[in-house]
Amino acid sequence: MTGPNSLFGPLDPAPDAGYVDAPKRKGFFTDTSVCIGCKACEVACKEWNDVPENLYQMLGTSYDNSHSLNANQWRHVAFIERPGTTPAPDQPAAAPVDIGMPTVGAAPSGVPDEAKPDFQWLMSSDVCKHCTHAACLDVCPTGSLFRSEFGTVVVQDDICNGCGYCVAACPYGVIDRRKGPEGDSRVGIAQKCTLCYDRLTDNQRPACAQACPTESIQYGDVDELRERASERVATLHEQGVMDARLYGNDPEDGVGGTGAFFLLLDEPEVYGLPPDPVVTTKDLPRMYQRAGLAAAAMLAGVAVSFLGRRP
Amino acid sequence: MTQTHDGSPTRRRGSRGGDRIMVPEADFTSYYGRAIVKPAPWEKDIAFYLFTGGVAAGSSLLAAGADLTGRPGLRRVARLGSLGGLGLSVGFLVHDLGRPSRFLNMLRVAKLTSPMSVGTWILSLHGPFAALASAAEVVSMLPAGWQRIGPLRLVAVLGRPAGLVGALTATPVAAYTAVLLADTATPAWHSAHEELPFVFCGSASAASGGLGLLGAPVAQAGPARAFAVGGALVELGAERRMERSMGLSAETLHHGKAGRWMRASTLLTAGGAIGALVGRRSRLLSAVSGAALMAGSLCTRMGVYEAGLASARDPKYTVVPQRERVDRGEPVRHRQ
Repeated sequence: MTGPNSLFGPLDPAPDAGYVDAPKRKGFFTDTSVCIGCKACEVACKEWNDVPENLYQMLGTSYDNSHSLNANQWRHVAFIERPGTTPAPDQPAAAPVDIGMPTVGAAPSGVPDEAKPDFQWLMSSDVCKHCTHAACLDVCPTGSLFRSEFGTVVVQDDICNGCGYCVAACPYGVIDRRKGPEGDSRVGIAQKCTLCYDRLTDNQRPACAQACPTESIQYGDVDELRERASERVATLHEQGVMDARLYGNDPEDGVGGTGAFFLLLDEPEVYGLPPDPVVTTKDLPRMYQRAGLAAAAMLAGVAVSFLGRRP
Repeated sequence: MTQTHDGSPTRRRGSRGGDRIMVPEADFTSYYGRAIVKPAPWEKDIAFYLFTGGVAAGSSLLAAGADLTGRPGLRRVARLGSLGGLGLSVGFLVHDLGRPSRFLNMLRVAKLTSPMSVGTWILSLHGPFAALASAAEVVSMLPAGWQRIGPLRLVAVLGRPAGLVGALTATPVAAYTAVLLADTATPAWHSAHEELPFVFCGSASAASGGLGLLGAPVAQAGPARAFAVGGALVELGAERRMERSMGLSAETLHHGKAGRWMRASTLLTAGGAIGALVGRRSRLLSAVSGAALMAGSLCTRMGVYEAGLASARDPKYTVVPQRERVDRGEPVRHRQ
């Protein structure tokens, strides 16, 4: 079951984990260019998975009061407000299309477009990446974290003993040990997105994708999603959105590509994502080698300390 | 979040001064200055365990050597140190779990990709043998009449073979904890993976040798002295080397809490080693030096532990090295 790429490199994770006749690998393609920041994904996730309240209050960071991905937040919408990027002169902004929606709110203003504040939103719904090479799963000492037949990474609540190793191992800072609320049955246990494992086994879409009103969150076979994502980036580039880029779609990257990947409109770190994440276990053989050498040196050291001395 | 932010992502100058500038100051972007990787959710228990595990491992080596070479005084303190270190280690490890009652779940699987699993099995192999050797030592301290009781006699007889198995399995106990820390996304720990095993094994040797100096009569403490001084030299040397290979996150060993621990560690370890060499005929100076070496080892573990947490809390240490290799056109990719 272990191949040359078991720690690093392109891989289909479910067969590598020993599944025979596994279904196609499932994942998310989150297209942030159409995210409207409605947080329906956050709510749907909490409702379906019985994720308790987050322990954060008003943060004063744009519309983001859910703070981060953590044990009580399995989808997290990031909000970045900033000056807009002026379209290139030969790429005029498309005129709005009337889709016959009833008008609410303020009456149309007489302010010309040039006089309006130059402003841009970046919004992105972040989630567990379900890495091809998942550090959390690799380092879990109890086998609580496992690779599902869908190629996803899931915690078994009844096995986890809360050692917290996965928390430090995740290169994205996704998984966390639940701290509260008091009385919750999963306090002290590592928690994160399961890609709605229970819904998948019933041929249903994960709750967040089901609830997303703009199809910013797309669920499906990873192979097909990767193609769709490449087409989408090409389309955006044609439209002059040159900042559009994919994140996590490359099976050659530091984590072997992610099952949940993204189309971003700026550098990953702007959204709180690491620019070039690497699974820590890529270096594990080297670490064991160095530790073996150090241990041998220590044994030699104690032998030398006793040699040639008379009590 | 205590900082106030405007609505835009934070861009700030990276360097905050300090006693040493390791790299040019870094300009980087983050999401409201929030951490990317999460710090290990562990209490100081784990740093204490790094220390007590090291003492236990080194003591078990010294105990076996003392047993074979006829140094009963050194053997006694080393075997008791091994037992005490092991007991405290298990206590710290179990206490730090989110669900302590499930600690036996560690034994459900044996996983090479998990240094914690490997470590659990190493401890499970080493622990009973080292503890049996220590039990034999305790039996030898009982009144002579009690020692003739059947089971106790058996324990006494098994002391030496158990101690030898314990010694052979001891060095992995001291070394694996370095892999435990390095096999994470915590910048200061992962970037130290080449040298951290040597720092930790050196530290374990210095601490256990220090315990020998503290507890054994001068006439028998020679091997403990050599072991301690050698360990201290390896620790100090490997630590310097480690800082050079760590890159940006080496800063975290110099700032704040971690910086104070590391400075104390250098002073105590170097001072203890010198004292141990100078005071080879003085019971008092040997004991003081031994205590300093033990304290130095504890400081090293605390410093490395705190540096890791600090490097995880500040997104700089995650973003800057990754951004730099991407900008150099050298992102980590499988194709060579």
